[in-house]
Amino acid sequence: MEILVCVKRVPDTAENEIEVAGDGSDIERDDLVYSVNEWDNYAVEEAIQIVDNVGGSVTIVSVGDEDAEEVVRREMAMGANDGILLSDDAFEGSDGKGVATLLKAAAEKGAYDLILTGAQADDGAGQVGGMLAAMLDLPYASIVNKIEVLDEKKLKVGREIEGGNQEMNEIDLPCVLSIQTGINEPRYVGIRGIRKVASAEIPVWGASDLGIAPEAIGDAGARVKRVDYFVPEYGEGAEILEGSLEEMSEKLIELLKAKGGIK
Amino acid sequence: MAGQIFAYITHKTGKADDSALELIVAAGKIDPDASTTALVLGTGADLDTVCSEVAQSYKEVWKFDHEALAYPNAEAIRKLLAGVLPSDAILLAPHDTFGMDLCPGLSIKLDSVFAADVVGFEGLEGDTLKLIRQEYSGQVSTHVTCDIANGAVINVRPGAFQPDESKSAGGQVIDKSAEVSDIATARRFLEVVAAEVGDVDITKEDVLVSVGRGIEDQDNIEIAEELAEAMGAVVSCSRPIVDAKWLEKSRQVGTSGQTVKPKVYLALGISGSFQHLGGLKGNPYIVAVNKNPKAPIFQVADVGIVEDLLDFVPVLTEKVQEGK
Repeated sequence: MEILVCVKRVPDTAENEIEVAGDGSDIERDDLVYSVNEWDNYAVEEAIQIVDNVGGSVTIVSVGDEDAEEVVRREMAMGANDGILLSDDAFEGSDGKGVATLLKAAAEKGAYDLILTGAQADDGAGQVGGMLAAMLDLPYASIVNKIEVLDEKKLKVGREIEGGNQEMNEIDLPCVLSIQTGINEPRYVGIRGIRKVASAEIPVWGASDLGIAPEAIGDAGARVKRVDYFVPEYGEGAEILEGSLEEMSEKLIELLKAKGGIK
Repeated sequence: MAGQIFAYITHKTGKADDSALELIVAAGKIDPDASTTALVLGTGADLDTVCSEVAQSYKEVWKFDHEALAYPNAEAIRKLLAGVLPSDAILLAPHDTFGMDLCPGLSIKLDSVFAADVVGFEGLEGDTLKLIRQEYSGQVSTHVTCDIANGAVINVRPGAFQPDESKSAGGQVIDKSAEVSDIATARRFLEVVAAEVGDVDITKEDVLVSVGRGIEDQDNIEIAEELAEAMGAVVSCSRPIVDAKWLEKSRQVGTSGQTVKPKVYLALGISGSFQHLGGLKGNPYIVAVNKNPKAPIFQVADVGIVEDLLDFVPVLTEKVQEGK
């Protein structure tokens, strides 16, 4: 099975506190630690496991600047065969539809049976997978937490739905799936793994390589635009306890006892 | 002039979801004079029951009855809606696992803009709709503008808008079933597999000690277990803990896990995403322990402790034990 996995480089929320920059035009990016979007990492692992079982190859693709190449390489180190970077000044400021347009063009340069994306990203809207499927006129399932290859023509997929329940579907190939965290246990990538793919060539495709008019994508083509970042005024919020660990513990125990929290 | 506003009504076993009443208020924030049309898709007696219920709140209800709609397959519904909605329609749907499945692709089929997980609207000027979203699990908010000249598909966060419970619309149900053409799809619904039942039922507990990403390592789970034992409570968790397979799925609080209604809820190292808080009902007394003072959990908690839980919780446990 030929599998394309779409990944994105994002600020790692496990490693960073996200703060609004002074003028609200962006978040503070100076000291941010970036990594691959967590959902995408599960998608790559799933693709590699499928290929391990039924054969084929895994290609990683990302839309981004030169820094995104590092993320493509890291995901290749998990065991993917190829990587592609979609990068061009004209891509900057693309909305979800713009990103999906680029990925569609890249997907059409190959012959993929299965296209995976992460179900969402911390700085996104969970939209690219569904849009890409609609543009390619392929069947789609979102928030997928189980994939079973039935035969060359179809998969059985589980979708995570409310209450921890799982919706089982049969879906024809080729198709697009967005992958939920927890579907597998992504493998660890060590320094040695990274070294193995250090010299792998990652082609960079721009607007002309993809046959896309620059005005259709990027800021020029975006009909959905982020205007600013802000932190809303909330109510008073929590009463923050102060003092030493012992003092805070004693205060908290008093409060908990009053609320029936300690039996 | 903006297009007609529609609300997609999610329903189950003959009853409309809470979001049905919230979407009325959301539509009113886009256009105070909006006469929003409800879309109710399904089949049989359950569908008629839902339509009657929804007609109390919406002046106009479009009913689509087709046997293939017995289970809401987003692939079939996308095909159907792309065929019947006017090209400049503004469609509101809940941002739940169905809305996430249906809507991004629908916006492509309608050639309209898409906005996900919207928590507020700032108004409409000409064709520009300004709305509010959150990013990074609610750590920051953003204003977003959408050009809705060609319509819009908007997923609205459940619970972000108050429900309109006036039920005074006295609306009419219009049967649009005849407009349903071929909705066969390449994705076929098989069954719903119910969540596994675990060794404890966290939905019945009064006091929960809940752990999130801040616990950092599987070996640290016992720090929470010791506190829970000292307090006479039970350990629950947020999603990343289940993804890491450190605790069972049955202990997960959130929209993709269990809905709990304890009296007291300790959130240890939990940032407080809306998906997590969506599983927390009944207005419990919330204690948040988190080293990030900007964690959204502090906005909803009653008491907060800005410390690394790995430092604070062992001290707390010792003090609870001493007090016994």
